[in-house]
Amino acid sequence: MPEATVILDALAIQRALTRIAHEIAERNERSTEVALVGIPVGGDHLAARLAKILAGIWNHTVPVGMLDTAMHRDDLDQRVAPTVHPTDIPFDVNGKTIVLVDDVLFSGRTTRAAMDALNDFGRPKKIQLAVLVDRGHRELPIKADFIGKNVPTSLDEKISLQLTEAGATKDEVILKKK
Amino acid sequence: MAWTKKHLLDIESLTAEEITTVLDTARGFKAVGERAIKKVPALRGKTVVNLFVEPSTRTRTSFELAATRLSADIVNFSTEASSFKKGETLKDTALNLQALNADFIIIRHSASGAPHFLSRVLNAHVINAGDGAHEHPTQAFLDCFTIREKKGRIAGLNVTILGDILYSRVARSDIWALTKLGAKVTLCGPATLVPKTFEQMGCRVTHDVDEAIRDADIINLLRIQHERQRKTMFPSIGEYTQLFGLTKARFAKIKPDALIMHPGPINRGVEIDSEIADCGRSVILEQVTNGLAVRMAVLFLVNGGKNLTETVS
Repeated sequence: MPEATVILDALAIQRALTRIAHEIAERNERSTEVALVGIPVGGDHLAARLAKILAGIWNHTVPVGMLDTAMHRDDLDQRVAPTVHPTDIPFDVNGKTIVLVDDVLFSGRTTRAAMDALNDFGRPKKIQLAVLVDRGHRELPIKADFIGKNVPTSLDEKISLQLTEAGATKDEVILKKK
Repeated sequence: MAWTKKHLLDIESLTAEEITTVLDTARGFKAVGERAIKKVPALRGKTVVNLFVEPSTRTRTSFELAATRLSADIVNFSTEASSFKKGETLKDTALNLQALNADFIIIRHSASGAPHFLSRVLNAHVINAGDGAHEHPTQAFLDCFTIREKKGRIAGLNVTILGDILYSRVARSDIWALTKLGAKVTLCGPATLVPKTFEQMGCRVTHDVDEAIRDADIINLLRIQHERQRKTMFPSIGEYTQLFGLTKARFAKIKPDALIMHPGPINRGVEIDSEIADCGRSVILEQVTNGLAVRMAVLFLVNGGKNLTETVS
């Protein structure tokens, strides 16, 4: 049985998201230009939660979309085909500040794929990146603008996010050996 | 569930989970076709060869567009313009294509098992686009995709396949896929074209068309394959239409929410009344749209199965 550690519990996740939302609000003065785009699986639910908090700060709704990266990955001929999740961008991305939302930032390759995928929908004014956990080990020159928690990890560890929206009994982020 | 097969040769050797994986993946690719930019880089730099040793327009075009939308390069290779005319064997032709570093070979052939044969002699991914009267797996995927999209499910539905079953690869692939996914399949048509032996595939056979369509949720009409019939299987086209065609009178008696499907090309006024083919309950053109999505999904999934050894049924 691999050892598992809870690195963020439900309350810590909520606090981290609240802080990220305030940082997004602080960084982006033109609130009506901001839209959130979550990367499934995990990032889509986080984006919806962030949008709710931001709506409270800004007193208006914030558009939310989800963007699948499977078709834009750079390792498609090195692995079994990944699951294709739905993509739904119900707004015009042209001229918007898009905050990409992902659960864990690791190699940076998903973020790269997401930026390419987003380009097919138009040309955002800016793209920013919000992640709940940054675990290091970047393979590309990519860095997050908003980070819930920095967690130094080794490559043989795995981080997983459990959320009630996805059917978990409680919200938590778990670190375990592979 | 992850797809691990290197080739797509038939439906018979697939599990219900594998079929569902294709249908789920196709949903994402259908959405790509509805965007302003209908192209993704998934197969960038790959070469796809359409090896069509038997005439086809819609399947070939559909695969061609599917490969193009995945950013692959595609070469069309048809009998008329090929060395088959000069006596080259299928194996030699395929090895020549492989020598050009083709990554995918999509084959249509009049001989059942031709794709299986190629999968044993080539390193490329082989996709069956119809082999003789054996199978036409991507047609079964697009039929299942269309049914699931329209009805929300497949399990428990009554699906009637009406027409030339004996010579139809579409029928065989559809029967495998639909029964694996839990549909109740009924076959109907002239006794010469719908032998009782098909019951061994897990479906019901009847020769009474009115009974076959009465409780059907889906009526899938098949074309009479004149090119595959070596002797007369029924007295005349007129008699076929009268006894088995979906006429206005029969259409009036089917379930009000039953869907009409047809793999094309349709023979208006033979197996289907012209007005019915164009009515709101006919999903014939949506099948074409969905065909593109499932073929993109198949190319995408099979590409990931490269490091695994293929298990032929």
